[in-house]
Amino acid sequence: MTHESWIAQLDAYLDGELEGGKMQELDGHLRGCPSCAAESLRRLQWKRTVHSAGQRYKPDSALRERMQRSLSRGGSKRMAWRRQAFGALAAALLVMAGLGIVWRDNRQVRENQIVSELADLHVSALASATPVDVISSDRHTVKPWFEGKIPFTFNLPELQGTSFELLGGRVSYLEQSPGAELIFKTRKHQISVFIFQYRAVPGGISANADARSFHIENWKQGELRYFAIGDVGTDDLRGLRDLLENAK
Amino acid sequence: MPLFDRLYNFAHWLTRNREEAEDLVQETYAKALKGFSSFESGTNFKAWIFRILRNTFLNSRTGLKAATVPLELEDDDPALPVEKETPETILIDRASEKTMQEAIEELAVPYREVLLLCEVEEMSYQEIATTLGIPMGTVMSRLSRARGALRAAVKLKIRGSSS
Repeated sequence: MTHESWIAQLDAYLDGELEGGKMQELDGHLRGCPSCAAESLRRLQWKRTVHSAGQRYKPDSALRERMQRSLSRGGSKRMAWRRQAFGALAAALLVMAGLGIVWRDNRQVRENQIVSELADLHVSALASATPVDVISSDRHTVKPWFEGKIPFTFNLPELQGTSFELLGGRVSYLEQSPGAELIFKTRKHQISVFIFQYRAVPGGISANADARSFHIENWKQGELRYFAIGDVGTDDLRGLRDLLENAK
Repeated sequence: MPLFDRLYNFAHWLTRNREEAEDLVQETYAKALKGFSSFESGTNFKAWIFRILRNTFLNSRTGLKAATVPLELEDDDPALPVEKETPETILIDRASEKTMQEAIEELAVPYREVLLLCEVEEMSYQEIATTLGIPMGTVMSRLSRARGALRAAVKLKIRGSSS
């Protein structure tokens, strides 16, 4: 990607309008490119000035009262009822909007917990003397090993001719639900792919996230939720995701 | 009256006149009361009421005049270029709130409204598209042009004040 094409995405990035994957890519680029980071900071400061300058006009306190009086003057009983209904509904909508914010915050907290838990599982698997319980690069060995250990089955792709190698698998738990953890290798990096039943982690994580320098790619496939985590770039994670999504 | 302060601020920016802004807000609430049955529960209330205000403005005398201002073609999305840092660009970046307000005021209404909905009301592109009744792509290109026009206006003001 050229320098200009990164810059062209900056405004959408600062407006929070880039899609998850692109947002992460640009995020990564900004961390390594001082000139784009400086431009991003300059635009952010500009946005703040516009935001503050734009809040210029405040109604005088008497206006609201005057307007309420004027709107409630006259009108039939039916109109008065409508106004009351409008007020109640508007208030309800504002409360719902408030609840929505609380719900979004709760969801964010939960997502952060999931991301953090996945990063812990990945690190502990790599740090363990026995990172996998079934050691095999053969998908026909790894897949049957999980039978009877987890309440679902999944497909593994043929990796011959790709940059990925299957090292093995183990049973893992997320939110008290059992699932599969598969360890793949690409170049010198290891990637954990976690598979859980969708109903165990229905929300998943809304966008593919970062946790402690790890990248995470997550997706839903049938009734299963997949999370791929590793210190590789997002392109590698997406490549592995494509293989898993097309596995038969 | 929900969103009263925000509607008033937006109305004042559109009309650039206190009395007209007050009338516009009052008419907006009256129309919202009358047409509340047309509001679909579960859709965006803020975009709905801002849309009423904006359409009411466009039908006013000031709004009709504003609507006749021609805009450049909006098919493409002109990304803002990176400016080489010079003493002038530093001054532009540090423009005072007052300079910025004067510059915003000078923008054509279609640029002013899209900029305010994005930067002040912090609406998403989708919400802006709903409010203004234009496609998302047009929101993006218009916003980009509005930002460029604002920067150019601030630059002119700074040059004018230093000469």
